[in-house]
Amino acid sequence: MPEKKEYKVIGTRPIRHDGVDKVTGRALYGADFHTAGLLHGRVLRSPHAHARILSIDTSRAEAYPGVKAIVTAKDLPDAADKVADLGEGAVHLKYLCDNILASDKALYKGHAIAAVAATNAHIAEEACALIDVAYEVLPPVLEVRQAMEPAAPLLHETLKTGSLGETAEEPSNVASHLQHKKGDIEAGFAEADVIIEREFVTGTVHQGYIEPHNATALYNPDGQLTVWCSTQGAFTVREQLTEILQYPISKIKVVPMEIGGGFGGKINVYVEPVAALLAKKTGKPVKVLMNRADVFEGTGPTPASFIRVKMGATKDGKLTAAQTHLAFEAGAYPGSPVGAGAMCIFAPYDIANVLIDGYDVVVNKPKSAPYRAPGATNAAFGSETVIDELAKELNIDALEFRIMNGAKEGVKRADGPVFPRIGFIESVEAAKQHPHYTSPNGKKHHGRGVASGFWFNIGLASSVSISVNPDGTINLVEGSTDIGGTRASIAMQAAEVLGIPAESVNPSVVDTNSVGYTAVTGGSRTTFATGYAAYEAAQDVKRQLIARAAKLWEVDEEDVQFADGEFSCINGKEAQLSFHDLSARLGETGGPVVGSAAVNPPGAGGAFATHIVDLEVDEDTGKVQILRYTATQDAGKAIHPSYVEGQIQGGVVQGIGWALNEEYIYNAEGTMTNASFLDYRIPTCLDLPMIDTVIVEVPNPGHPYGVRGVGEVPIVPPPAAIANAIYDAIGIRMTELPMSPDRMLKAMGKI
Amino acid sequence: MARKTHVQTQINGDSVEFLCEARQSLLEVLRDELQLTGAKEGCNNGNCGACSVILDGRLVNSCLVLGVETGGKVVETVEGLAAPDRLHPIQDAFLENAALQCGICTPGFLMSAKALLDNNPNPTEPEVRYWLAGNLCRCTGYDKIVRAVLDAAAAM
Repeated sequence: MPEKKEYKVIGTRPIRHDGVDKVTGRALYGADFHTAGLLHGRVLRSPHAHARILSIDTSRAEAYPGVKAIVTAKDLPDAADKVADLGEGAVHLKYLCDNILASDKALYKGHAIAAVAATNAHIAEEACALIDVAYEVLPPVLEVRQAMEPAAPLLHETLKTGSLGETAEEPSNVASHLQHKKGDIEAGFAEADVIIEREFVTGTVHQGYIEPHNATALYNPDGQLTVWCSTQGAFTVREQLTEILQYPISKIKVVPMEIGGGFGGKINVYVEPVAALLAKKTGKPVKVLMNRADVFEGTGPTPASFIRVKMGATKDGKLTAAQTHLAFEAGAYPGSPVGAGAMCIFAPYDIANVLIDGYDVVVNKPKSAPYRAPGATNAAFGSETVIDELAKELNIDALEFRIMNGAKEGVKRADGPVFPRIGFIESVEAAKQHPHYTSPNGKKHHGRGVASGFWFNIGLASSVSISVNPDGTINLVEGSTDIGGTRASIAMQAAEVLGIPAESVNPSVVDTNSVGYTAVTGGSRTTFATGYAAYEAAQDVKRQLIARAAKLWEVDEEDVQFADGEFSCINGKEAQLSFHDLSARLGETGGPVVGSAAVNPPGAGGAFATHIVDLEVDEDTGKVQILRYTATQDAGKAIHPSYVEGQIQGGVVQGIGWALNEEYIYNAEGTMTNASFLDYRIPTCLDLPMIDTVIVEVPNPGHPYGVRGVGEVPIVPPPAAIANAIYDAIGIRMTELPMSPDRMLKAMGKI
Repeated sequence: MARKTHVQTQINGDSVEFLCEARQSLLEVLRDELQLTGAKEGCNNGNCGACSVILDGRLVNSCLVLGVETGGKVVETVEGLAAPDRLHPIQDAFLENAALQCGICTPGFLMSAKALLDNNPNPTEPEVRYWLAGNLCRCTGYDKIVRAVLDAAAAM
């Protein structure tokens, strides 16, 4: 169980360790990397959403002055029928490789076809225009329900539906069908007095990190490949490179540069293998940068989806049954987040009878990538809207209805796990008692809505090592790239153990040769799992320092106690040394002290959030303006509350963007017509009010300080909360995302 | 290979000379020719503000200014914001308010905020939001950035 004492460092708000570098422009992000002899790469992309590649002629481009090398899929190892193991489940190597450089078919507009290395980026771009590609254009499949039709054009002639352990005979765009069952769904609906069934559609949205993907690669003549890039996980880049290039893992070093946002989108590699191929061909370092259109068209968005939700409750407000059909677009290759959506959709509630069917469906859009609580936001838009409708129908306060049916410790989720201690009810109570919820709300066209959300969070492997400096500080080496302040939240956990200030820790994020394996910064795992590793590494240091003190004092180790940063002798002998003073005496007691830990903690502890939104609907323009927003969330224990608030605020605003205006707008040919930040409009500060946060702390029993992941769940409730508030404002149920002015005007019957 | 033009300008108080192609933006010149990589490329078309710098006292997207246009002008970038021994109050306020997460947009926000406070030392919250609307941040939801700029104004 988590320690219950008062903390000295945890819960405080120190300045982040990498802060000065980041406010002075000195922090080096991937695109800032420079080295002597650097060449610049550029990727040629498919103009078609679905086409067979008949031939690629690079001769004109090769002859262009300044061009040093050109690569196509032919430069990748033969991937047919091989399976790639990326540590998180096997995938077809051909899919993985084809998404880097298409071999036989272009499966989305923007699909990489070839790449050029040249003496500068302009020449590389000009040379791309000289590559002659002959295509046989095929009809694109652009929507999940269309793709599921038996007559739909096929993306992959060899893809057959895997369904509950069986593989279908005929090829299909449906890659897989999953199902979770609990209780007896028919009996559950028979018990219900009120049943609501609705259908929902959500658009394709992008993570929208401000920093485009980038990679610089260098092959040395001894075969050592070094890649500098912005990634959520240097080790997962190394794993993908070793599979895609079929190159020994020990010959690859990945150096994680600072990363300008990821939200799940910087886990899959795109330009990293391309830079490596170009570097090998030229013998020079090659930097490949994406531009913004490349990012929209050539990297993984989170998918559009079609969702049907049916829920039933008794007249006294007990949920008796919940059923859903989740059809998610995977993009060009299998692997949508439908599985995660299926795990999350009804998780906040204790419902006896549940049936969940999920479908992973390929379409001619970029291969989807994780985006902050992947799948859960799509799913919750459906379930949390239906919950609201049931509460209204039953004339029960929407938050009270959630409390009445809320999941608690011991409740079994439909997908199997049994909840340990969780804080769902507490997060809803916090919202219910908040002055925002109890304030009056009744102006014309103003509405208030609420919604909740769940994300399971993950643990996975993390490694940390700590060395003690003679001035009482420590150097902490970690493998988790820092996207949002995790150097601080990890360092603070080590500082707490050793009784030193957060400022006495020097955290460094290092390359794959310099620290033990560490999984991605994702799944809301970093402060939990790498923080856990820092805690254990600090415990290791503490044990070693106790031995040193015992040696100095010539007593048994059991006679040395460590508390509040002081070592003291407890066998009657008068002896005391601070961490600071003992660290100065390591030389005379045996030499340096280095502590380390490698962990894979199982108890990530799920996260729950409940949001309240007030908004105004402009009847003439259809525009929805957010007036007030409050988010409550169980953080387990907030290590650095400012950055927990920041995660909540950032997630909320991404959710608002998803709800109100973000989507890939495709024409009939499958071209995204809004592939710029001007047209794919993410929220600006002018669109928003302050985002109020309430951090609830129900300690996670799976972490020594009670930490739960906090990063992802805040994106889950906003679309449903906003839809529920729109209903409150104008009496219309919105069932399609985004709820943009045009959809609002249509729903209001104005256009 | 395009011919290069010789340009003399002033950057962060120093006289600077560089050669650039006519097609190179000020952002490219800063980053690729002068190794001033504080200004970031997020979109290269003026949508995101990550490359914001101050040119002759005016806030610009350096991706929309040509390098050759800066001859004889005065350029301020994030690298020139702090004094040798202390941060600028806007930088301090960003750190104290935790107004950055990944930090890629931060140099642009800092320069944008400086341009605002140079012209309007006591902005209201709506004025801050209006002024900063040309700078995109995907991590913070802007709450802490707006507070940091208001705090910096109060501290200056």
